[in-house]
This record gives sequence, C-alpha cells and structure tokens, in this order.
Amino acid sequence: MSGYQQWVAFCTIVIKEIRRFTRIWPQTLLPPAITMTLYFVIFGNLVGQRIGDMGGFDYMQYIVPGLIMMSVITNSYGNVVSSFFSTKFQHSIEEMLVSPMPNYVILTGFVVGGMARGMAVGLIVSLLSLFFTHLSLQHLWITVSVVVMTSALFSLGGFLNALFARNFDDISIIPNFVLTPLTYLGGVFYSLDLLPDFWRAVTLVNPIVYMVNAFRYGVLGVSDVNVYASLGAILVFVVVFFALSLWLLNRGTGIRS
Amino acid sequence: MSALTIRNLKKTYGNGVEALKGIELTVEKGDFFALLGPNGAGKSTTIGIISSLVNKSSGQVSILGHDLDTERALAKQKIGVVPQEFNFGQFEKVFDIVVTQAGFYGIPASLARQRAEKYLRQLGLWDKRSNQARTLSGGMKRRLMIARALVHEPDLLILDEPTAGVDIELRRSMWDFLIGLNEEGRTIILTTHYLEEAESLCRNIAIIDHGQIVENTDMKSLLEKLQVETFILDLARPVTAAPSLSGFQVRLRDATTLEVEVPKTENLNRLFTELAEQNFQVMSMRNKSNRLEELFVRLVEQNLPGQAQPAEATS
Repeated sequence: MSGYQQWVAFCTIVIKEIRRFTRIWPQTLLPPAITMTLYFVIFGNLVGQRIGDMGGFDYMQYIVPGLIMMSVITNSYGNVVSSFFSTKFQHSIEEMLVSPMPNYVILTGFVVGGMARGMAVGLIVSLLSLFFTHLSLQHLWITVSVVVMTSALFSLGGFLNALFARNFDDISIIPNFVLTPLTYLGGVFYSLDLLPDFWRAVTLVNPIVYMVNAFRYGVLGVSDVNVYASLGAILVFVVVFFALSLWLLNRGTGIRS
Repeated sequence: MSALTIRNLKKTYGNGVEALKGIELTVEKGDFFALLGPNGAGKSTTIGIISSLVNKSSGQVSILGHDLDTERALAKQKIGVVPQEFNFGQFEKVFDIVVTQAGFYGIPASLARQRAEKYLRQLGLWDKRSNQARTLSGGMKRRLMIARALVHEPDLLILDEPTAGVDIELRRSMWDFLIGLNEEGRTIILTTHYLEEAESLCRNIAIIDHGQIVENTDMKSLLEKLQVETFILDLARPVTAAPSLSGFQVRLRDATTLEVEVPKTENLNRLFTELAEQNFQVMSMRNKSNRLEELFVRLVEQNLPGQAQPAEATS
C-alpha cells in the first residue's frame, strides 16, 4: 500500500470510530458530563466549601484538573476496549484483517479514535467546570501534551485489554478493579502532601498520580511531582505500550487462530 | 500465472487438531473452482489461511504470483473474501459498510462511494443502503458481503458457502451474478454444501477431507468416475414385490416407488423394456440425488481415517 492509501485507511478507521461514539452519544458523551457535574456540585460546592483551600487554591479549582483527567483516562480506555472487542465479537475485525492495511495503521486508527473520545469528553467536562469555577491555563503546551499522551496511553491500554479479552467480563475487570481505584487514589481529590510518608511513597507508585499532577501543573501551575519527569515517563509508557500492542497484533494474539 | 498456488500447506491448531496435512492446490486464472468437503474437512481453515485470518503452521500460499509471506499486502489486494458467517457491524448502515471496506483498501471516499453504489445496485441492495445491516434478511446479508468483497475489484473472489440459507430464486440470481463476474475474467473459488451448485457453476473441483485433497480434477472427468447412478421410478399401479431385472439392482421403496441402480455400462432402454415386459408401468423418473453428491459421498466414505490417499494437484 502506498503512503496515501495507508493515510486513507487510517482516516477510515478514525472516522468510523468517531461516527460510532457520536452515534451512541447517550452512552458515551452524556454519562461523563452528568457524573462530572455531580462531582462538581457535591465535592466542589457542598463538601469543598467546608474543606477550604488545597495547594493554594479553593477546593473546587484544585479538583477540576483531576476530574478532567479522570474523564480523559476512562473514556479513552473505554472507547478502544469496547469498540475493538466489539469488532472481535462480531467478527467485523476480519474486514480489516483481510485488507492489505498494515497492522500499525489498524492500531493507530483505533488509538486515535480513543483519543478523540477521551479529548471530546475532556473538553465537555472542561466547559461544564466553567459553570462552577474559573480556570486559566498556566502552561498551555504542557496541558495539551499531557492530555494527548495520556489519552494515547489509555487508548493503548484499552487496545491491549481488548486483544486479550474473550468475553464481556474481561473488558470490565480492568476498568472496574484496576483503573477506577488507581484513578481515585491518583491525587484527583487531594494533595499528596496530606498523606503520611508511607502512603505518600505508596501513592508515588501509581502512574496516574503523575498524569493528574502534570495536568494540574498545566492548568493551575502546581504539582506534587516533577512535571518533566512525569511527561517523560508517560512518553516512555506510550512507546512501550505501542510496541507491545503492535507486536501482539503482528503475532495475531487474540485475533487469529 | 496461477490465481492461487498452495504448496504443502499444514495447519495444527493450539489444541493439537491437525486441520491441514500438507495440501497442494493450484487454481488457474479465470477458473470457476469448487472446493468441497464435509464439515470439519479443512475448507474453512484453507480459506482462512488464504485470506490471512488463520496463521498457517507451514507451507506456501501464492496469490496471482504474490507470496503471502513475502508480499502479503500485494497478495491481499488481489483477493476478495465472502465468509460463511456474517462478519459486519450489525448496527452500521449498508452503504457505510461497503464504503468503509473500500477505505481499508486505501480507496478514496469519492471512488469508494461510486463503487459501493455500483455493487449495491447490481446486488439489489441499493434501496436498503440506509438501513442498519441487522435489519436485512439472511439473503440480503449474504449479498451485502459479496458487494463488500467486490468493492476493491479483486481478481480472485473466494466465497465460503455464499448461498447457504438463501431461497431458490435468489440462489439462481446469485449464480447468474457469479457467472457474470467469472465471464468478466475474475477467478472464483467456491465452497458449498449444495453440490448441484458446484456442478452447475464450476469447471474444476477439489475435494478435501481430513485435511487432505482426495480429488482434484475437472468436473467432467470427475463425473465420469461415477460408475453407477441411482434412479427413482414412480409406478402407475401399486406392486407387492420388486421386479427381477438382470444387470440392475432394484429395490421396492414403497408400493409405487422403485429404486434402481443403473451401471454406466447398461442402457436405460433395456431397463424400460424389461419393466414393460413384467407389466411395470413407469409414470416418472428422477435421480435419487445429484450426481456429484453420489460421487462426493463415495469419495468421502473411501477416505475414512487410515485410508486417506492424497491426490496430485492437476488443475
């Protein structure tokens, strides 16, 4: 396939993915908007007023970046894991496997589709947050870089999950039992400075801490961890996950007998 | 150059099942070829390997001169596959399914839309283009898969039981469509359980059983191997016993129906003369089963485990 043909194939997958999640918007775009609005109302307004400042900002302002990042993470992951597993389940993945499209085009197409949903939901949640607090970007490029790389990383995570999944239970285990606890314990609602030394050290093993803090740095200009080290770590994980996904795809793991 | 060349193709699944035991097959360009075999014989595994859906254990597959190992993308560009199971997104629209498939082959959107319209019209699905695929009937879904497989205009079209579950009228119209494609120069490989279909459409045939090719020849030569044909005769009046006819095996199926095995060396005139002499009046006559079906059953029965004799590739 020529470079142009590969580009056409890539765009086909991305458009197909965007069409899918916009067609079922009551399942994909609306729930995070409602959930995050509830977070803003309950944690930000009602509980937040009693908590007072955190990291030099009022509580609502402090949690907004984390909640945006939480939406990006869960939706990027959720889009790819459900979409790619559905193509396996319905065997429509065969449409792609019989075509001359290289595997990296398939992988990149699904990942960009997942990023599109993650960032679309992130944008919706950001706009909703403006009804509750004032946000001003402190470091635009860091904010953009973190969102792009984090959505790519969790799209890749969703892809890996879908490759190995054999039934619908398999695609809900990791989001429910791994991703959700890591996100809630990833410094979305509190500063790591509040934790005792032992739990702070434990928390630093959680990769989501670095993404949330890097994003918070981009928006508010404060972080509990080194931002550039965080960006570097995310990038390394993206490269490793991409290479692993492509290797598995080339082997036919989970898709070819 | 052959449309398809398979050399010593083997496949052993992870559970130890040896699906293909080194098959050899050549399909010439422009051929209309039937690949027959009982369930579990290895047909779908063979097609799966050709279409890159199944990893082979060893062997070589070449499509229009492009080796599947070294020139996979070029080889894939040349084939279109119509699988046995419906394998499209059930919630997608008919038109989108065909256009998207074209996109996977790198065909720009405007050309993809033109081609989608062309093939959906030819297959009588244009009126359904905005319907979700899940709302189509079984026959329409099969035609949708054919339109999708043709959208990149492949030289080799592989159809895995394309008319399964399709009514007779529609089956005939699909046959005409496939004959038209073949006359345009496309090579067609077909697997089917309807042996009448293979006999009507295909010029060459391979029979696969227990992962081996047990017969590979042209249809005419194959049918010539049929030494005995069985006919059903409907009688005018009920009888109590079958007549005794020298040179023919006769069995009374019921009071007004005879089943007669006629060796190829005998002629039917003598059969009717002898029946008339014994006051048996025949009202109608038909084949017990399709000729190819009789031959197929015999070949497969001969090839019980331990008796397999792989055939040479001849076509």
